[in-house]
This record gives sequence, C-alpha cells and structure tokens, in this order.
Amino acid sequence: MTPFTYARAASPDDALRLISHPHAKFLGGGTNLVDLMRETLERPDTLVDVTGLSSTIEDLPGGGILIGAAARNTAVAEHRAVRERFPVVARAIVAGASAQIRNMATVGGNLLQRTRCTYFYDDEGSRCNKRNPGQGCDAVDGFNRNHAILGASPACVATHPSDLCVALAALGALVHLRGAGGERTVALTDLHRLPEDHPEIETVLAPGELITAVELPALPFGRRSTYRKVRDRASYAFALVSVAAALELEDGHVKDVRLALGGVAHKPWRAWQAEAALVGKPATAENFLAAADAELSQARPLKDNGFKIELTRRTIAAVLADITEQHA
Amino acid sequence: MPITINGAPAALPDDPRVSLLDLVREHLHLYGTKKGCNQGACGACTVLVDDGVRILSCMALAVQYEGRSVTTIEGLAAPGGLHPLQREFIEHDGFQCGYCTPGQICSAVGMKAEWQRGVPSHVTQDLCAETIAFSADEVRERMSGNLCRCGAYNGIVAAITAEHAEVAE
Repeated sequence: MTPFTYARAASPDDALRLISHPHAKFLGGGTNLVDLMRETLERPDTLVDVTGLSSTIEDLPGGGILIGAAARNTAVAEHRAVRERFPVVARAIVAGASAQIRNMATVGGNLLQRTRCTYFYDDEGSRCNKRNPGQGCDAVDGFNRNHAILGASPACVATHPSDLCVALAALGALVHLRGAGGERTVALTDLHRLPEDHPEIETVLAPGELITAVELPALPFGRRSTYRKVRDRASYAFALVSVAAALELEDGHVKDVRLALGGVAHKPWRAWQAEAALVGKPATAENFLAAADAELSQARPLKDNGFKIELTRRTIAAVLADITEQHA
Repeated sequence: MPITINGAPAALPDDPRVSLLDLVREHLHLYGTKKGCNQGACGACTVLVDDGVRILSCMALAVQYEGRSVTTIEGLAAPGGLHPLQREFIEHDGFQCGYCTPGQICSAVGMKAEWQRGVPSHVTQDLCAETIAFSADEVRERMSGNLCRCGAYNGIVAAITAEHAEVAE
C-alpha cells in the first residue's frame, strides 16, 4: 500500500476542503477502497474519511426516504420504512456481500465501488483500459463469463458489481451531491457512465464532488417490489444476473412497472425498453417474456457469456410473475 | 484519543496504513484474530466493535476506529472462562484445524445481535416480520461470510443452534 495521509471530515464543507488535494480520495467503510489500495490499483496520497457525515435515514413528506451517504448498508436494510415501502432496496442489500461487509459499507461507497473484473485486478499480467487507459482489454477475448452483455464497448466489457444500485436504478433514486460548485442532484441512472472509449471514467462526478445522500422518491407501488439475484453459489457471491422490479397492476393489466438489471453492464441497467413494452399489457408470462426480449434485443454476447441473455430473460419474467402472484 | 481493545486502551498506529487486524495481531500480540485472505473474502479476521457489531478487521484501517471499542476472541469471556458459544463449539466439534474459529465465534455473537433486533437476511421470507424465526437456514445464510475450509459447517450450525436453545430456556 502506498503511504497516505488520513484525515477525518467533520462536516461536508470540511470534506470538500480536505479533498482539494489532487490525489485525495474519500473513504467510506473501506470494503472496496482499502482492498484496491492494498493491490496498489488505487494510490491516493490523502484519504478523507467521510463516515462521520450524515448517516440518518429520514422520512420525506409524501412517502419518500432520504438516506445519508454514510449510512451503513445494514442500517438501510433493517430500517422499517425501507422494508415496508421499498422492499427491493432491503432485498438487494441483503443479497450482497456478507453481514460483516454490510455492517461496514456505506451507501455512498456502495455507489462508487469498482468492477470485480479479474483482468482489472491483474495488474501484473493483463491489459486493462480501466486501469491503464489506452492499454487494451484482455477481457474482450479472454475468459469473459462474468462480463457485460449490454452497453459494452471494444474498450471495456466489465460489469458494475453493486446490488443496491440496481434497486436504486429501478426506483428512480436521486443522488445528492456537493462540490466546489455547490449542490446538485443527479438521477442514479445518470450517475454511472457506459464505458465507450473511456472506461476509466466511471461516473459523472466532478473531481472532489461528494455524495451526501441518496433519495428514494415516493412510489406507492414500491411496496410491490423485489430483487432476485442469480449467482454461482447460494450466498456471498457477485451476481451473474440480477433483476430489481416494482409492479403496479390494475384489472390484471400492468399500470406501471420499474425494472433494472445487474451483472450485465458497466452500470446498473434500467430496462427502459422492457418497461415501455409492458405498460398497458395484461400481466401474463408471455408479455413478461416479450418485454424482456424488447430489452435484450440490444444484448451482445461475448465468447463465454451468451448464457446471460437467456438467464436474464427468464429472471425478468420470473420476478414479474412473483410480484403478480403475491398481489393477486 | 486511543482505541479500546478488550477493555484496555491501546495507542493508535502512527502509520494510517495499519489495518485493525495488524494492530491487534502485530502491535498488541493478540493472535486469536486470524489473517486468512486479507481481502474481505473469508471472515477469519471478524471482530466486534462498539455494541457488538461484527466487522472485518482486515478491511478496517485502525485509525478509523479511534475512540471506539473493539472486542476480539480474547475478550469475549473473562480470563480463564469460556463464552457459551466457545463451549458449544467444543461440544459440537465446530472446527477441525481451528484457524477460522475465532472469526466464526465473533461472527456468531454479532449475528445473534442482528437477528435479535430484527435485521432481515437473504432467506427471510417476510421482510416486515416483527420477529424472525431462528432456523438452520437463517444461521447458514447469516454466517456465509465465514468460510471454513475444513468443512465443519454442520458442527458450526449445531453449536450456534445449541447456544441459542440454551439461552432461550
């Protein structure tokens, strides 16, 4: 690990002052960053610990919830209003990592965790455009069973590892930011970038910009939401494919639907085309599959991950059928 | 402000790179807590902070825990005594080589506290239930962050279940 200076931020202003150093990074629970520093994939010279900033989870008028970025994943998953109004969020969190890691990891850090692409980690032996821009990508023609089927580029086929982000993408969550230029809000679906020619640029955050909170906007049918994760073992593994969904039915028809996919793209993938294909249609297995097909017509398999297309298709249909059945 | 380890104050390291795990083992010579993978994948380094929250000490920078209280396997019971979970691990053969055991036991202590306050798990059917039934499936899922390469999982689940039944009586 490269030497660094450690400082604890007492307030958001303090954090912005401390981060002004060009090689400084914010530190949350450390469950990803400390590992990346140990691997020398991250070499900050200053760490600004922001775990002392807001971790409160508060009700917003109208039914939304505002989550301080320093809230630990466990605190969000166990919060009663989150479990009742947005079960997809609690389900996504408890599907991720281990209990020890969820006790440490912050919401802000979860949003900014980096890919687990093995070629990204293999500094000694592999080329990676994310790690060394312009170097090339050994995953494109390598062992790419875990890699992206949607939105990838010749420069990068890595996936975003977060479960929580998939739920947040489905719910239309808003990310509250604070930077040198003041405060702003971006949609979670706009926070992460697709790789294109610059996979090393993963988000739209400005240098030194701080995530202060995540807002779950009111969504009455958020109560009818869930998350399903398909992985190589029953627990404590990253997703091959995951689906977050919320469904509002009226007289057997889909009145509204929110759908997002994990494990398939460089960012949490909101399935806009599937949603559009489903609204107004009868809630049937055939229509659920047709909606999945509408989204997946843009999928492009690599050498080893073609199975993900069919797996995603079936998982989307199964999750929508589950929600339909539970609220029959 | 120092850090408190098993009730005793300890100086923070000068170098912020020192993990909580290395502070405990290399600076304080408390060798119960184990370094398995050192990358958050095995759970051998699990310790309890503050009110018994289980964390991975390998991923924790010691400086982040300034002013806080940490309990390792050495601090679970009074000197010379055993925590009930330690007794049940012996009784039910919850280990073979023993390397993962301190992490397993600290993790089980933290797990019970989470279960008691109603934190749901991946296998919890009703997310909004006031109380969550204690079952082998729940124990296995909630302990999935602690690997045992000897494969003593059946004994580990039996030990945790027995300790739970003992307390419930």
